[in-house]
Amino acid sequence: MALLSVRDVTRRFGGIVAIDDVSLDVQPGQIVGLIGPNGAGKTTLFNVITRLYRPDSGRLDFEGKSLLRTPPHRIVRRGIARTFQNVELFRTMTVLDNVLVGAHSRTRPFRGGAARGHVQEVLDYVGIAGVAHRPVAGLPFGTLKRVELARALVAEPKLLLLDEPAGGLNHEEVSELGAFIRKLREDFDLTVLLVEHHMGLVMGIAERIHVLDFGRKIAEGSPDEVQRNPAVIEAYLGADASAA
Amino acid sequence: MRPKQVAFGLGVLVLVVLPFVLSDFRTVQLATVGAYFIAILGLDVLTGHSGQISLGHGAFMAVGGYTTAILMANHGVRDLVTIPIAAAVAGGIGLVAGVPALRLSGLYLALATFGIAVVLPTILKKFDHFTGGSTGITLFGKPTQTGHGVGVWGLTNNQWLYVLTWTIGCALFLFAWWLLDSRFGRSLRAVRDSELAAAASGVNRAKYKVLAFGVSAAFAGVAGALFAINVAYTSPDTFPITLSLYLLVGAVVGFFGSIWGAALGALLIQFLPDIVGLIPHVDPKQGGPTTFFFGLVLVVLMLALPLVLRVASRVANRGYLGAR
Repeated sequence: MALLSVRDVTRRFGGIVAIDDVSLDVQPGQIVGLIGPNGAGKTTLFNVITRLYRPDSGRLDFEGKSLLRTPPHRIVRRGIARTFQNVELFRTMTVLDNVLVGAHSRTRPFRGGAARGHVQEVLDYVGIAGVAHRPVAGLPFGTLKRVELARALVAEPKLLLLDEPAGGLNHEEVSELGAFIRKLREDFDLTVLLVEHHMGLVMGIAERIHVLDFGRKIAEGSPDEVQRNPAVIEAYLGADASAA
Repeated sequence: MRPKQVAFGLGVLVLVVLPFVLSDFRTVQLATVGAYFIAILGLDVLTGHSGQISLGHGAFMAVGGYTTAILMANHGVRDLVTIPIAAAVAGGIGLVAGVPALRLSGLYLALATFGIAVVLPTILKKFDHFTGGSTGITLFGKPTQTGHGVGVWGLTNNQWLYVLTWTIGCALFLFAWWLLDSRFGRSLRAVRDSELAAAASGVNRAKYKVLAFGVSAAFAGVAGALFAINVAYTSPDTFPITLSLYLLVGAVVGFFGSIWGAALGALLIQFLPDIVGLIPHVDPKQGGPTTFFFGLVLVVLMLALPLVLRVASRVANRGYLGAR
């Protein structure tokens, strides 16, 4: 059974169809890539899966049960955590407090400290223990992305949604990131769905790739299959031959 | 010991020593400061940490004050017993007010809450059989007044009021400190900083915003109850619109909504008008404090505070915004 199953999901904003009848499955333990040109609806799909947006039609199942009756703040308890495209942190708070909020669904009221042990381990793992007591404001972008990742990890998700994890990283960091995401999957027993523009990264780590264009799914398959798919080449190369 | 624990210890020490060195008149003034202190603590929870501005906290104080007054005067409930009831009634109304507040933010919320403060005196006057109308309710000499006339534990009446108010004030400070340090406080700040990320982390935005309103109003209710007990009287004019404004000013001056500045804000509300009143009026024919200088001092404080705090926070190498 698929861990996450998106069936015929459509989401409109006014007259614009941001996601048009999209279906996709994510199998447990896989790293799945979601790619497509700007405005293809990738982030919108993330927002639908995490219930920030309600789909106009379609089904959304996680572990065989619908997500549509789960309010946004209960999604993480169901086992789905995410990062955001442009980093969405609690800007007045310290690194430690940011990550502690991530453990919200794993702690009881007034006992936030109970998660501190686990949080410390994750801070070490992600490599930000040294800045734990610094306010996040003013830290470099790469560090902020790690904070966000740590915040998602302490929620102990089954499915991790990464929205452009390579954004803002240099070439060397991107190749490290690929290995890191694979290690994450092993160490945290995760399934990963990632939106990414960096083709080298996606093709290198994803076992399965879904391609969106103008809100429609135009292809799915292994990295090799997708790279050879004429519709994908058309979508990426269409006007600008250097994009692929 | 950590710096904050030292600061709290020193604060308590000062509070213990003050009544021995100050006159009876100053002591009872400081009891009133204690009531402001508690109301500002509540406003710190709401505005400082949950990011919801209230310009109507005088109204929640009024709810607390009238709860105490009506229970003491008409139902024979002893003053001390009325305090938790006032907290519960004001807190309940705060929770109810918090629900529509979910739809408002920033300036709009400030104006809506200000509306509550504006309307309240009229409501109090309208239901005069219940509230005593414009005349208000006198509590002086009521048998439900603890130690009225004779004093308590060998303290004068004014000293007793001081001890009562500041004991509750310190207890509530510790409560607020603990609350804001817990998962609850962190969740409030998370929702304030990013509703998106808070939701993705499992924090129920609506629940925490409404709870912040309830907790904050309950603090204001205690403050109002103590205010009524201190002056032994309530009327619509005891809780004027300006009280709501001063409370917010006090909270902001008190390190931008940190509970560690609440005492400073409370002292300001009580004594700034007096200090400014020492400056002679521009027009000698007019009496009373000069509102011009009062406003001027506030403007200067607002301009100077961020600078002072930025320097202080650089020294401490910690952020002050959203500080506990």
